[in-house]
Amino acid sequence: MLSLEAAQSTEVVEHAHGHGHGHEEHLAHQFENREQQDESYIVGMWTFLVTEVLFFGALFLTYTLFRILYPQVYVDAHHYLKWQLGCANTMVLLTSSLTMALGVYAAQTGKRWTTIAYLFVTILLAAAFLVIKLGWEWYPKWQEGLIPGPNFRYEGAVDPGKAQLFFGLYFAMTGLHGIHVLIGMAIMSVLILLIALNRPSVRYYMPIEMTGLYWHFVDIVWIFLFPLFYLIGK
Amino acid sequence: MTEHVHGATPKVYFIVYAILVVLLIATVAVYNFQLGTFWAIAFAMIIAVTKALLVVLFFMQVYYSTRLTWVWAALGFIWLGFMGGIIVDYASRTYRMGTTNPLPMQTIPSPPSRQ
Repeated sequence: MLSLEAAQSTEVVEHAHGHGHGHEEHLAHQFENREQQDESYIVGMWTFLVTEVLFFGALFLTYTLFRILYPQVYVDAHHYLKWQLGCANTMVLLTSSLTMALGVYAAQTGKRWTTIAYLFVTILLAAAFLVIKLGWEWYPKWQEGLIPGPNFRYEGAVDPGKAQLFFGLYFAMTGLHGIHVLIGMAIMSVLILLIALNRPSVRYYMPIEMTGLYWHFVDIVWIFLFPLFYLIGK
Repeated sequence: MTEHVHGATPKVYFIVYAILVVLLIATVAVYNFQLGTFWAIAFAMIIAVTKALLVVLFFMQVYYSTRLTWVWAALGFIWLGFMGGIIVDYASRTYRMGTTNPLPMQTIPSPPSRQ
């Protein structure tokens, strides 16, 4: 009995090291091979991202409709946003996408601590994004009374009522995007913990790859938000 | 355990990143040239779409992925295009029977009251 247990445990150890025999490591029963499993994971993640595209898409559509209706209001109101800060934040997010991609590569090549380091840098950049967004942009706007509502103060020439539309969209869209950044930070923190503990669920790189897909999507949303809000023609 | 990596290499990531930064500088530069609104939107959107494509193809590795992944990645944007068709509804609401000049979009007539 004891020897059987010993034999089983050796097999488990061997199995964990992945000597290629029949059943591949990290492969669930329902899949033929690693490639098929990878494709299922990635297509599943893309399905989620498609719903996210539509989720944000509705807001982009609202933005477009009101921009067609009130072009001059958008031009006037957008001068309250500082393009320098938007540009800095774009730079921060693009860099975080790079570190995320490098993190996924490190995970693919089995470098645990490099993966953790890149994920950590990505979280720091995400935090920097939120500090710039909330501290340097949202808070001063709140002080200036640019939050839509009864206390909305706007000295713009055209139409204060319609300017509220612009700022409503600005806060709704950058806010929703900010929530996605926060969620991304939370997922990456959990990943770092799991990788540091060397949990079986993160020994194969797919969870990191899928987090990467999500993070790059968040980056893409910002790539469109930046010109649409900060770079409206003068 | 070293695995064979199918997707992009760090070299590709750094090149793509460099192009993205150049495009960011370009879009800000174009904005500060103070073009008319039409050209400002056109340039900003062309650059944004290019940046998004670079991120999707290389950072998100679609370029190296299977055909099924290509279809799925494209689907989101195709559906977004369908949803964009809603704009046509708004634009056509003010069309009047028997005339070829619609009212401007701002003056959508309110429904007649029942008094």
